[in-house]
Amino acid sequence: MALPKAKEDALSARLAGLPALSGKGWISAARAEALARLQAMGLPAKRDEYWRYTDPASLNAVDPAAAKSFNPGDEAPPFDGLDRLKVVFVDGVFDPQASDDLGAEGIRIERLADAAAADIHWAQGLYGVLEAAGQSPVQRPLAALNTAFATDGLLIHVTGNATKPVALIYVHNSDNSDAILHHCVKLDPGASLTLLENGPAAARFSKVLEVDVADGASFHHIRLQGRDHERRAVTHLFARLGARSELRSFTLTANGRLTRNEAVVDLTGPDARAHLAGAAVGDGDFHHDDTVFITHGAEACESRQVFKKVLMNGATGVFQGKILVKSGAQKTDGYQISQSLLLDEDSQFLAKPELEIYADDVKCSHGSTSGAIDETALFYLQSRGVPRRTAQALLVLAFLAEAIQEIADEDIAEDIRERLERWLARHGSKAGA
Amino acid sequence: MTMLETVDGTEVREGVDRETIETVQAMAGKYKYGWETEIEMDYAPKGLSEDIVRLISKKNNEPEWLLDWRLAAYQRWVKLEEPRWAMLNYPEIDYQDQFYYATPKSMAKKPKSLDEVDPKLLATYAKLGIPLKEQMLLAGVEGDAEPRKVAVDAVFDSVSVGTTFKAELAKAGVIFCSISEAVREHPDLVKQYLGSVVPPSDNFFATLNSAVFSDGSFVYIPKGTRCPMELSTYFRINAENTGQFERTLIVCDEGAYVSYLEGCTAPKRDTNQLHAAVVEIVILKDAEVKYSTVQNWYPGDENGVGGIYNFVTKRADCRGDRAKVMWTQVETGSAITWKYPSCILRGDDSQGEFYSIAIANNAQQADTGTKMVHLGKRTKSRIVSKGISAGRAQNTYRGLVSMHPKAKDSRNYTQCDSLLIGDKCGAHTVPYIEVRNNSSRVEHEATTSKVDDDQLFYCRSRGMDEEEAVALVVNGFCKEVLQALPMEFAMEAQSLVAISLEGSVG
Repeated sequence: MALPKAKEDALSARLAGLPALSGKGWISAARAEALARLQAMGLPAKRDEYWRYTDPASLNAVDPAAAKSFNPGDEAPPFDGLDRLKVVFVDGVFDPQASDDLGAEGIRIERLADAAAADIHWAQGLYGVLEAAGQSPVQRPLAALNTAFATDGLLIHVTGNATKPVALIYVHNSDNSDAILHHCVKLDPGASLTLLENGPAAARFSKVLEVDVADGASFHHIRLQGRDHERRAVTHLFARLGARSELRSFTLTANGRLTRNEAVVDLTGPDARAHLAGAAVGDGDFHHDDTVFITHGAEACESRQVFKKVLMNGATGVFQGKILVKSGAQKTDGYQISQSLLLDEDSQFLAKPELEIYADDVKCSHGSTSGAIDETALFYLQSRGVPRRTAQALLVLAFLAEAIQEIADEDIAEDIRERLERWLARHGSKAGA
Repeated sequence: MTMLETVDGTEVREGVDRETIETVQAMAGKYKYGWETEIEMDYAPKGLSEDIVRLISKKNNEPEWLLDWRLAAYQRWVKLEEPRWAMLNYPEIDYQDQFYYATPKSMAKKPKSLDEVDPKLLATYAKLGIPLKEQMLLAGVEGDAEPRKVAVDAVFDSVSVGTTFKAELAKAGVIFCSISEAVREHPDLVKQYLGSVVPPSDNFFATLNSAVFSDGSFVYIPKGTRCPMELSTYFRINAENTGQFERTLIVCDEGAYVSYLEGCTAPKRDTNQLHAAVVEIVILKDAEVKYSTVQNWYPGDENGVGGIYNFVTKRADCRGDRAKVMWTQVETGSAITWKYPSCILRGDDSQGEFYSIAIANNAQQADTGTKMVHLGKRTKSRIVSKGISAGRAQNTYRGLVSMHPKAKDSRNYTQCDSLLIGDKCGAHTVPYIEVRNNSSRVEHEATTSKVDDDQLFYCRSRGMDEEEAVALVVNGFCKEVLQALPMEFAMEAQSLVAISLEGSVG
């Protein structure tokens, strides 16, 4: 079907600003197919059902809007004290000097830019494959654009239990950087890996992470999206889960002009488990969007979505979460909660929590709430001598706790709690406190 | 053994209550209202065009402004595309393959009173159990100390057959008549309010309705008046290949109150029939309207052949402070249901409530819910929706709760629960929640589950058969909504729940 004229024009403009696809190696076919997908869909528009609450204009624009990198002062970077395998990208380009040696027990890591030239590669079965599968029933054109035009990223093959986490650090240097990264992670049966990500990456950042979690494997993912005020980011996590496998993903977002985090999770084997959680804190010109789609395609799988947002001084939070239970996926246990705490009258929360269920022996529920901080609780704490600002921070942390609890590693969870505390000490609603 | 009497061919034994037999028969019979009245009809030519719009307007002796209004809607409709966002799957509707106006021949000369109405028509309503005589009693409430009266406007295909208790209502200043009569008798009121809640441009089906609406009811409750009895409209589609496009307008002036009931049925046919209605409710300061619907259009057979396509736009506008509206709906019929009774909470402290039971069995598809648009300060809304799917049916709750920046200190509570009976059906929830200020609280909860095995087992162990047990458990699941219905509707709704689920077990 031909695209409407407006979509056609927007797409041609965008494509004109991107380099022509290179025609070498196994990846060229994957890129060409992704480009064809993108051309069939066009770029997202405000009128599209899943973009009604987030304006994609700045993500579609030919050039990114300038963004300054944030100086965290004397605050230590996240995950600093951990024994980890460090991989650094600066403005979306791999930095070998700053990175550790890309080899460790139980893992094989290659740079996408290097591996792409080979004629055959294991990543052929994954790169763009989960993304393509994730285009239905909801289209995700920006993910297809990423698959077609990403030039860097990592291909990680986990064959056993990775002894230490892989930590991806995204450094933002140039004010006008426009980074496109695409990672693939393949976990063999029974293998396990913890992937850490942090940093703003660029003025505009597009990232796709495709994860194939084989039977009995386990993938933990913790990400801190960086505190640049002006940055814009669109990220996609596509995960396919085999029998008895596990996915746990947690994201902390503080600041950022625009963040759209999509997660598309396919539970394809029985007894698989997917836990997705997010905590977002935004002050002022902050727009944060979590769009999640979980498909239960096998029996006795469990999924959990816990998303919490704290919004102040005109910040906007969006949550679009869907649980799809296919016919035959009996004994499904699906849970979803999305909540927002609005610290002043200017902030807003827009949510669309969806259930689509075709099996009868299921337990699915979702809840969504939005409201101000509990004045009674605030009053109680103040009457005990806690200053209003501190009391507010305490209640905010208590509100976010359910999401942070989804992090399996207690030390990381504690570190994140402390970071949030410091953030809350620096930011306050102009109306409150 | 002595045979006492026969009820529809079944012998009734001594000691067995006649009512029990009838109830059982009602539950066993699939669609109770599937028969057809053989009556001579006048049709407008098939299809839709400007000429048909003019013809409908002429048949109703409408003034020029209304014809222009219809024509403008028609011109707009031609350019519109049918919405496809609902989770409904049905073949393309051929809008030219329908009759847009059908009326019993005997209605050509308007009967002056119910006594002059064709007895066949009256018999139709009698058979449906709708009291067109100004009788005091309603079925099921016999023996009440003070019997309740219900005024009825009976709409048969495209025309209103008659309205009861008009004189008594007039004494209280209440206007209750068909909308075509209101256009003639109370043009100023109609002109002031028609299309002010659901404008002709609202959506595809509302625009279609604005162009071709035939009959429906008009209600005006004057200032400070508590309507002395419940008002009700009963819609019957009888003619084949004919769409029904009724339009109802209710205006409840300051401090007034009315409870309004709506019921509908249609004959069993193997072709689909279109029903696209618009209901507008205007509620001024301190007024309150209760609107209850039992929607029991023919749902099609167990293979999904036939049934009504029901595309309805219903909206209440709480214009004044402290205005209140309550929608209660039991949706058991129709092959396709597309319906979102909404509340615009414009006045400060106004309130909207929505209670819904939607049952989809066999091949039925329902996409229904509500919109609560909070504009005024301290406005409150409550949504309780119970969706039940059985057979191969698809049932979707779709709703919007919107808190505007100025709707300070407002409150919404939403609960939507779905129940699945069998592994071939689907239950879906699509809520939109838009909160644009922080002093308002919005809470949304939804669950999906299957009929509880323990509860079923308990009922079975007490000697109920499986179908009865399911009906009982489902009635329990719907309790909150059933309680919100006026009493005689609640009785009907309870047995409807059982009938609609018939054949869903085993």
